[in-house]
Amino acid sequence: MQDGISLHHAASDDTDDRALASIFAAYTVSATFWLLFATAIGVLLAFKFGAPDFARGAWLTFGRLRPIHTNATFYGWASLGLVGVSYYVVARSSGTQLYSKTLAWWGLALFNIAAVAGTIALDLGYNAGDLEYREWPWPIRIIFLAALVVTGWNLVATVAQRSTEEIYLSNWYILGGVLWTCIIAIVAVLPWYQYGLGQVAVSGFYMHNAVGLWFTPLALGIFYYALPKLLNRPIYSYALGVFAFWTNLVFYPIIGSHHFLFSPLPWWLQTTAIVFSVAMLVPVWGGSANYLLTMRGRVRDMIHSYALLFIFVAVVNYLLSSTQGTLEAFRSLQEIWHLTNFTVGHSHWTMYGFVTFAVWGGVYAMLPLATGKSAGRLGLALHFWMAVVGGTIYVLSLSIGGTVQGLDWVHGLPFIQSVVDMQTYWVWRGVGGTLMFLSHIVFGWNVWRMTYGRQGNAASPVLAPATEELA
Amino acid sequence: MNKLLLIVGGSTLVYFCLAMLMAVIPGYELSKTPPGPGVEPLSALQAEGRDVYVAEGCSYCHTQQVRPLAQDKIFGRPSAAGDFAYQTPELLGSERTGPDLTNIGVRQPSEVWQYIHLYNPRAVVPQSIMPSFSWLFDVVDALPPGEAAVPLPLAYAPRTGKVVPTQKAKALMAYLMSLKQAPLPAGQGGAMAATATPAAASGAATATAAASAPAAAGFDPAKGAALYTANCSACHQATGEGLPGAFPPLKGNAAVNDDDPTLHIHTVLHGAHGVVIGGVTYPSPMPPFASQLSDDDIANIIDHERSSWGNHGKPVTAAQVAAERAKGN
Repeated sequence: MQDGISLHHAASDDTDDRALASIFAAYTVSATFWLLFATAIGVLLAFKFGAPDFARGAWLTFGRLRPIHTNATFYGWASLGLVGVSYYVVARSSGTQLYSKTLAWWGLALFNIAAVAGTIALDLGYNAGDLEYREWPWPIRIIFLAALVVTGWNLVATVAQRSTEEIYLSNWYILGGVLWTCIIAIVAVLPWYQYGLGQVAVSGFYMHNAVGLWFTPLALGIFYYALPKLLNRPIYSYALGVFAFWTNLVFYPIIGSHHFLFSPLPWWLQTTAIVFSVAMLVPVWGGSANYLLTMRGRVRDMIHSYALLFIFVAVVNYLLSSTQGTLEAFRSLQEIWHLTNFTVGHSHWTMYGFVTFAVWGGVYAMLPLATGKSAGRLGLALHFWMAVVGGTIYVLSLSIGGTVQGLDWVHGLPFIQSVVDMQTYWVWRGVGGTLMFLSHIVFGWNVWRMTYGRQGNAASPVLAPATEELA
Repeated sequence: MNKLLLIVGGSTLVYFCLAMLMAVIPGYELSKTPPGPGVEPLSALQAEGRDVYVAEGCSYCHTQQVRPLAQDKIFGRPSAAGDFAYQTPELLGSERTGPDLTNIGVRQPSEVWQYIHLYNPRAVVPQSIMPSFSWLFDVVDALPPGEAAVPLPLAYAPRTGKVVPTQKAKALMAYLMSLKQAPLPAGQGGAMAATATPAAASGAATATAAASAPAAAGFDPAKGAALYTANCSACHQATGEGLPGAFPPLKGNAAVNDDDPTLHIHTVLHGAHGVVIGGVTYPSPMPPFASQLSDDDIANIIDHERSSWGNHGKPVTAAQVAAERAKGN
């Protein structure tokens, strides 16, 4: 079943290789721009917690920049980054060329038009309702939906013309993720059935599914391709990967209402969400075990490949942050953590520690293979360590601070006390966030060297097979 | 092709069914939730104000959901399904960097305070990190007829000119003032409590017990100071000096230093409106606290006020508050 990834793309020639590389490169460069933009805004926002009168005025106010930060991260950076890597993974693992280069370029244009228009709209105050991750006005979300449809069509058609018998596991996750997200986008944008409390139910569903059935499957699909490729060995258990695929699909859509525990949503909806939040441990632990067992015995060698290190961190964070998500869904813990900055820490642990590291791992693993150009060793090291240290400071400070904030409320202190007590933690969050942002500048430099710039001195991200496996 | 159809088509079909089951059908059914008694649709001005609230992203720091938990009691009664009938878009929110606003029209009914706070929150709450919304105000040389200037403290006022709210600020104010919880009919409060977790329910029970308990033992300075910070200092300030022209000082205030505490207790219990203090008329209303604070809490607040900032009023007891409460407004 692993044939797909080692098979030489017989159906493709040099021109196709170059076209695929240029599409992959363009998506990555575009995604990198959004990462830099979104996290520059993030640093500014972090600064405002300590200096609320800094950068005043309508266009720079917190309430407009905050959704710009989240939407640019989601629909600019992570979406474009994952789709770029996915095009490469789907074409290569299917042993074929891309179904349509034109569609891929159209998709890139549509994603970018949506993200630019959405950013401008939000800054002018055209917010569709402060509903998390669906703040863009509906015409702009339709453009994003069009980008998804174009991408899904292109990817499905590419797999349909595969030269292999099997459909490699990566493609299950990637194709599923794109098509399910089309459904999410339609469900979220149709207005006629969601009013008042009904809209609360849809918000709970949407805000978790937009993360868990878009970014998660694409990132997991990339792991299933990158790990065997980089480690030169098959995935530990193909069956476990299939099992995690179906359990993830069935459990994930049910957990959204855990964002509204203790709200007037029907109690059955809240309790069902909690039960399935626990059930999510099955695909999360199953999937993580599969990746970690694929790396077994090679951890020491992995320091020779930053691509593997990024993926290793992403897998560990997938395991830990998802498990944390399950814990947060318990009513007893939500009493303290819900509505506090703990949640912001959690969302950065998942979207940064897991998804963003997964994109980086995918880019560092495959962009050099596509373009034939590598980044520099110094750039890779700087990016990795600043991102790891910065992200850790970020998540730790908000997790501790959020707990303090929640306990302040439980102890019945005057509300303003919780704001005062957070100040130290917000400073540390700013420190972590600044390190993260600096690492993104280095990432931009690395991407430049792997694409249009002068190539660096890093070795191939692919490890030689372990000695005993050669024998 | 069959394999592709099975994996991609099959999983998408599964997902479609789950999306119907978990989002579309509950969304459709819950959208039919009838408004609770006393829950009114927004007026045109209030709806315009909600658009400002959404555009400026207020919802990213302020929730509009009171949970049936002890720590949420300060924000009002637990939210009920019928409260949200006219709330589209829903603004329940996911973060509470600032306080919940479900019942802000009751908790802080002073438009003067709200305008000062919107113009620059630090003018009334020094530790606040809320953004200034100064672009919702105009600075004019001469007041238009019928307009009142926002009485900003000198340190926060523009060097020249008077600050008046724009149409957007007025609409936002109308929306904020509309955020008042309709009282639940008798019996429904019990139903809400029944849905709470045991921990929360017992927390609420403790709070109720405290409220109805006989006068606790005397003045607790720490508790008095904390209650003052939570309930009073937004207007009267930590210094007890109030804001000149907007909120009266408690420092040196005749009622606070009067040996007869009747007026002091009555004001905290039932609020005040348009009173003259020290020769100055204060048009801004003070909210009543009778329904939110126990006799013991109110006695602690009053004793804090009577013993701070050089005041020397005779302390009061919870029993005196209870007696005044029994007399009614």
